[in-house]
Amino acid sequence: MLDRLHDTLETFATFTDTADRTSLLLSYADLYKEVPASVATRPFDRSHLVPHCESEAYVWANKQPDGTLKLYFAVENPSGVSAKALAAILDRSLSGLPPSEIAQITPDIVEQIFRQNISMGKGMGLMSMVQAVRSLAKAVQ
Amino acid sequence: MNNNRSMKDIASRGYAHPEALVSTDWVAEHLHDPNIRIVESNEDLLLYPSNHIPGAVQVDWTQDLNDKIQRDYISAKAFTALMSRIGVTPKTTVVFYGDKNNWWACYAFWVFQLFGHTNARIMDGGRLKWEKEGRAMTREVPSYAATKYPKVTRKDAPVRAFKAQVLKHVAAKGQLVDVRSPEEYAGTRMHMPDYPNEGALRGGHIPRAKSVPWARAINAEDGTFKTAPELVELYQKTNGLKKDKPTIAYCRIGERSSHTWFALKYLLGFKNVKNYDGSWTEWGNSVGVPIEK
Repeated sequence: MLDRLHDTLETFATFTDTADRTSLLLSYADLYKEVPASVATRPFDRSHLVPHCESEAYVWANKQPDGTLKLYFAVENPSGVSAKALAAILDRSLSGLPPSEIAQITPDIVEQIFRQNISMGKGMGLMSMVQAVRSLAKAVQ
Repeated sequence: MNNNRSMKDIASRGYAHPEALVSTDWVAEHLHDPNIRIVESNEDLLLYPSNHIPGAVQVDWTQDLNDKIQRDYISAKAFTALMSRIGVTPKTTVVFYGDKNNWWACYAFWVFQLFGHTNARIMDGGRLKWEKEGRAMTREVPSYAATKYPKVTRKDAPVRAFKAQVLKHVAAKGQLVDVRSPEEYAGTRMHMPDYPNEGALRGGHIPRAKSVPWARAINAEDGTFKTAPELVELYQKTNGLKKDKPTIAYCRIGERSSHTWFALKYLLGFKNVKNYDGSWTEWGNSVGVPIEK
């Protein structure tokens, strides 16, 4: 089940102060790791580009021998801090789960994670990142 | 030396008021100047905390510049409190920079003009150019001694237009600049590409407004403003705007249009240009106002 994601969302729910939530988001952004060259190299295949994301984020979902998925991300915009934070959260919360479980995530987790830290232009792109992960998971179910 | 060269570059572009811009070199050489306060204003609230120019403070458009209850800007009292908090006096030169090619920096600059803080500049190229040049950034949030900023009065009239004024302006066939995307101008979309629909009930533009998307005033590769001849070509020759005629710029909520307001007023020397911050979210929802598609 999506226990790790729920735990993460519960953690964010306890951070009601804007500054504290910002620090938590930045700590996740610092954990962001770009897709390894063994999976994809530049120029990245545009089919992995997340639509509507101004941070120019790419996502891959590779099936592992045990049937679970491993998520990889690339965020090309150096100012894409929010996208990097979300990439790290999604990877840590969802990688290792079967596609059928990952396919259950919904874009509303973006609001739960970012709340007042979400900016107008970021919201749509971040929700598209979640939607892209969901679509990839559905495709390989 | 770089400082001189880059400021000479700005001076050579033919702007009406080149002093409104400073270069990244200039900022780098004034990081510790007590008479300078560097202010970052972004759309993305995570950017400043993630890193910023050393010594820069953050002024956020929602938290610091907008009234929390009604759709308006902060009061004069709140402005003086803000100035005190960031250690600014009327003699302090405030240098704005930010994301999105200084879109929000220009917005903050414009709001500061409502309160008469004319001792203000924009760092040409904004955050993008600073980052591309590999300059120092930090997560350390500076602390400045609180200042006593004198009592001010907010004077909207010189730089801000309200709906009633815009209606009169339209009736008088005054010139307007719609700085939104071509699709928003045409009414085929009600919001910026990739942005949420904020609820305008009608699409289109204010009658006779010229469509000049705001970002056409900048060089996309480094976020710097185009030269005066290029801006003249864009605004005056191609779109027929006259610098001696009253001009009103608008967008969706007045943020993109503050960037164009800055370009018209300071770089091209338009005599009377105002920003209609009610913009399309007010006009497109108002009953009975004229709209063109």
